[in-house]
Amino acid sequence: MREINDQVTAELEKKAKILRREVIKMLGKAGSGHPGGSLSAADIMACLYFWEMKYDPQRPDWEERDRFVLSKGHVAPVLYAALAESGFFSGEKLASLRQLGSPLQGHPDLRKLPGVEASTGSLGQGFGWAVGMAMAAKLDRRDSRIYVLLGDGEMQEGIVWEAVMAANQYKLDNLTAIVDNNGMQIDGHLSEIMSVEPIAPKLKEFGWNTREIDGHHIPGILEALEEARNSKGKPFAIVAKTIKGKGCSFMENQVDWHGKAPSADQIDQALRELA
Amino acid sequence: MEQVATRDAYGQALKRLGEKYRDVVVLDGDLSKSTKTADFAGAFPDRFFNMGIAEQNMMTVAAGLAASGKVVFASSFAIFAVGRAFEQVRNSIAYGQMNVKVCATHAGVTVGEDGGSHQSVEDIAIMRAIPNMQVVVPADGPSTVQAVNAIYHEPGPFYLRLGRSKVPTIYTDEMDFKIGRAIKLREGKDVGILACGIMVAEALRAASALAAAGIEAAVLDVHTIKPLDREAVLQVARETGCLVTAEEHSVIGGLGGAVAELVSSEFPVPVEKLGIPDVFGQSGKPSELLAFYGLTSDKIVELARNAMGKKAHK
Repeated sequence: MREINDQVTAELEKKAKILRREVIKMLGKAGSGHPGGSLSAADIMACLYFWEMKYDPQRPDWEERDRFVLSKGHVAPVLYAALAESGFFSGEKLASLRQLGSPLQGHPDLRKLPGVEASTGSLGQGFGWAVGMAMAAKLDRRDSRIYVLLGDGEMQEGIVWEAVMAANQYKLDNLTAIVDNNGMQIDGHLSEIMSVEPIAPKLKEFGWNTREIDGHHIPGILEALEEARNSKGKPFAIVAKTIKGKGCSFMENQVDWHGKAPSADQIDQALRELA
Repeated sequence: MEQVATRDAYGQALKRLGEKYRDVVVLDGDLSKSTKTADFAGAFPDRFFNMGIAEQNMMTVAAGLAASGKVVFASSFAIFAVGRAFEQVRNSIAYGQMNVKVCATHAGVTVGEDGGSHQSVEDIAIMRAIPNMQVVVPADGPSTVQAVNAIYHEPGPFYLRLGRSKVPTIYTDEMDFKIGRAIKLREGKDVGILACGIMVAEALRAASALAAAGIEAAVLDVHTIKPLDREAVLQVARETGCLVTAEEHSVIGGLGGAVAELVSSEFPVPVEKLGIPDVFGQSGKPSELLAFYGLTSDKIVELARNAMGKKAHK
């Protein structure tokens, strides 16, 4: 087993910073998109793509690979940044985000970009894809693991709970759901709009193993992923407390930064802070 | 005449498909005894997943299984597969061009006693409007068996529309079914009757009645609504100069709509559309409901005469 030490942590923190910088640059170029939730998920994404998951960017269709589904598909920029940094395609492509004809669609499209495992963005649906992938892996006795990243606001969709039940019913212990629990949605705070708290106890009641973590603390994320990997007989949920807009001072915990692009000056400031 | 419900033929065909191909996976939403996927479930319990009363998740799970190389047959009643789970079928199955076959039973008013809430009269229109989605409506047992085989072998999303009630068997087991290729069941020069599903048998009856009155009606089984067999439809339009469409579906957006869209631009001829006239269904015996909504050979005969009366050059 690989050891989680300071060097690993420092390396992943560096990767997360790269992802955040790319997100800011992509959104600035595109002139639209979703920075808040992209930045809140950056540390989780770094841990998945640069530590936890097994995959081969030269063979995106490799059957034994682990699979990642971005159910909160609107934060596609952070996924694209992770895929480019992993070597699925050239980083130059990132500049084409949201442009006509670009494989980097506003929401992920599995038919257009290598490394994208599911076409997502309509909230709640990616979770079902991940359940289906986990069922297929079990059927084929493959040792692939399936990871799905959900937003907390997304959990207001009823279909999320349908998927939660199905994963429990079919004992999908090869499935790990990670909730990016930043507490905000487009119109405001979840607590004021439609609370989904407490998330972990609800999932536990639905038969899942759960763990609550700080979603920006790299060693904590890695330990939770390891626990999920070793969990048998039940699906595993990691509820990661995060800060929307994390890493960019003027975006942090600001609802307004759910879905708008930074200006040129704001990009400069953000990149200075993320240097 | 032998009578078989298309859902029964589906259940049997699916089971045989499962015997031949290991990549067939079947999902159902707590209706497996009615949709007949229970036949497959009994034979291949490992490859059958009951997803409970949760059709939306069933469709997204189907997409995930397909993304892992499975050929997925997902079944429910038409009202739920198409209505309840519309956006999952659209965004998770059709948008991603996933290899999922949405096979819905209990379409149309022949659901019968359960009533209008459970009688899907708009599903063809909805499915037909989705890019990448192909729509097949078989007429009887043998053509259902062939259709199930055909959609297994053709990658990509399909909507297969099946019924609850027994329908007359028109074809032999060896019938030649090709996706997107309509079947000419009768030649005629005076009027063309284009039908799908349970209305194909009625169309044949109507053609016999018309023949007795000296009118030669061509009959086309348009089992694939999308992609529509443009050449076959236009050929009948050219040969006869007027058309009647017949379907157990709303007159809006189904077979009649598809045919009218085509001929209006390519070879304009009068098109009389027989279907459910933009109303919901209701409780009743299937046979009573078919009579109530005029889904009968008599009505086809009447519309055939109307269509002929509208021809530009009689």
